Amino acid sequence: MAEVACPMAGVVAEVKVQPGDSIEPGQELLILESMKMMIPFQSETNGVVKEVKVNVGDFVNEGDVVLIVE
Amino acid sequence: MATKGEELKAIREKVLQMGPERHRKRVKEQGKLLCRERLQMLLDPDPVIEDYLLANCLEEELAADGVVTVLGKINGRDVAVMANDFTVKAGSWGERTVEKIVRLQETAMKLRIPIIYLVDSAGIRITDQIFVFPGRRHAGRIFHLQALMSGMIPQICVLCGPSAAGGAYMPTFCDIIIMVDKIGSMYLGSPRLAEVTIGEKVSLEEMGGSRMHCSVSGLGDVFVETEEEALQMVKDYLSYFPQHCFEKPPVYEPAEPEKPIDDIEKVIPENQNVPFDMYEVIWRIIDKGSWFEMKKLWAQEVITGFARLNGKPIGIIANQPKVKGGVLFVDSADKACRFIRLCDAFNIPLLYLCDVPGFMIGSKVEREGILRHGAKMLYAVSEATVPKVSVIVRKAYGAGLYAMCGPSHEPDACLALPTAMVAVMGPEAAVNAVYYNKIMELKDPKEQMKFRMEKQEEYKKDVDIYKLAANLIVEDMVEPHELRKELIKRFLFYENKPRELRYPKRHGVMQV
Repeated sequence: MAEVACPMAGVVAEVKVQPGDSIEPGQELLILESMKMMIPFQSETNGVVKEVKVNVGDFVNEGDVVLIVE
Repeated sequence: MATKGEELKAIREKVLQMGPERHRKRVKEQGKLLCRERLQMLLDPDPVIEDYLLANCLEEELAADGVVTVLGKINGRDVAVMANDFTVKAGSWGERTVEKIVRLQETAMKLRIPIIYLVDSAGIRITDQIFVFPGRRHAGRIFHLQALMSGMIPQICVLCGPSAAGGAYMPTFCDIIIMVDKIGSMYLGSPRLAEVTIGEKVSLEEMGGSRMHCSVSGLGDVFVETEEEALQMVKDYLSYFPQHCFEKPPVYEPAEPEKPIDDIEKVIPENQNVPFDMYEVIWRIIDKGSWFEMKKLWAQEVITGFARLNGKPIGIIANQPKVKGGVLFVDSADKACRFIRLCDAFNIPLLYLCDVPGFMIGSKVEREGILRHGAKMLYAVSEATVPKVSVIVRKAYGAGLYAMCGPSHEPDACLALPTAMVAVMGPEAAVNAVYYNKIMELKDPKEQMKFRMEKQEEYKKDVDIYKLAANLIVEDMVEPHELRKELIKRFLFYENKPRELRYPKRHGVMQV
């Protein structure tokens, strides 16, 4: 099980995966609104999403855990 | 009976065998090359001069005292090379080892030739410490000379083994550290020392492995899988560099870009907020087969690499909108700063490709000292006197414009593509800042949105790139498919710009 941390601070604009989804490197996990831009945040690993820890509208800081992946 | 000549030959041959058989076997088991094999792979077969081959030759098992120091050639160019011999006391530094390294450094400085360190060493021989550690010509002098040589001659390090404790500073003073996966490592305190001293349990790989340094600490510049690759990287790297700081970098046969520039407009989205891959721009500008990237795995929101433009080396600093929106962070600022200073030291012209929303904001980065790190990058941009051209590919917001060598920072030219947008901040942020109270008064979200859109359009008109061109802010606007041609032409005009010292002083006081 691995924790996926947010790469930069911002507000969650869209969550593109849900528990049970298989993910692969390069796949968009969520869209972050930050620095007045919509910044996609891509997966670096393979796995299955176990838990999504954030909701749309949440502020997340760099390093905060956003997903749990198996 | 053997003649005197034969006797010498026999001793030399024994030394060339390196350390004892059992240690050679062990090195092979670790999947490593022997140090003389490395030298053979790196250097042209002839000529090679090896000094102090006979160091410590009266002792058993101390061939060359654990380090080989040679002058040789790489593709016909003179270089000085030091190679630790792990088969002799784990490549540790004894009295003569250190003296040999110091002498090689002095020779490289005197001859003004690049110096290459093939590092594979357990550090100082503690049993010999008073002959190795504290004195005027002891280990400290190696680092002292490295600092003095920095920016005078290229210093290249390949980590094809450990670089431990105090000895770990040797790579850090080099311009580039090439690290070989699994076998290269550097650390001040070994995992064993960490466990005993601070109670931390950690693997060597986590503590100071190649992948860690190339992607986390940012100290490693190039990550490679094999030693052969690492040695090839040394040759590739040198192809962008002069022999010393008073020479120009070498010129190669020009080549057309890997991708045709005609469709460059397709890769740059007009909407400032849509990410794209800046490499797609780079591949359409530079000569095919000429890319050498520094710190590729670290702080990827900025790209730093050497390339050739019509056969001539340039250094590229480019924002990468695909990663973290291309925003500058503490690490990206450091990465750019170091790269700019490296290019400036060795007369390599700079090309900035700008698409930057600015420096990151927020409490996290303020605590990390984003201002301190940002100032460092800005400092390097100001300090550089090589030919420099900045291209505003898309947005250049806030101090990002300065960091990417905007007009105030004395580029020889600041060029704008038609997609460029230069402003203190983006339209969304600006409208919010100026009309916040007004927007709040409107209450109805639809009304608010309508108002925002109107004001954003007004704002965009106000900072329209043609308006900036009309006010001489940029030297010119360039049709995207003409960009390569334009850059080649301009760098030719700027390449003979005299580079006197600008202001008489010792040196500035840069933030670090």
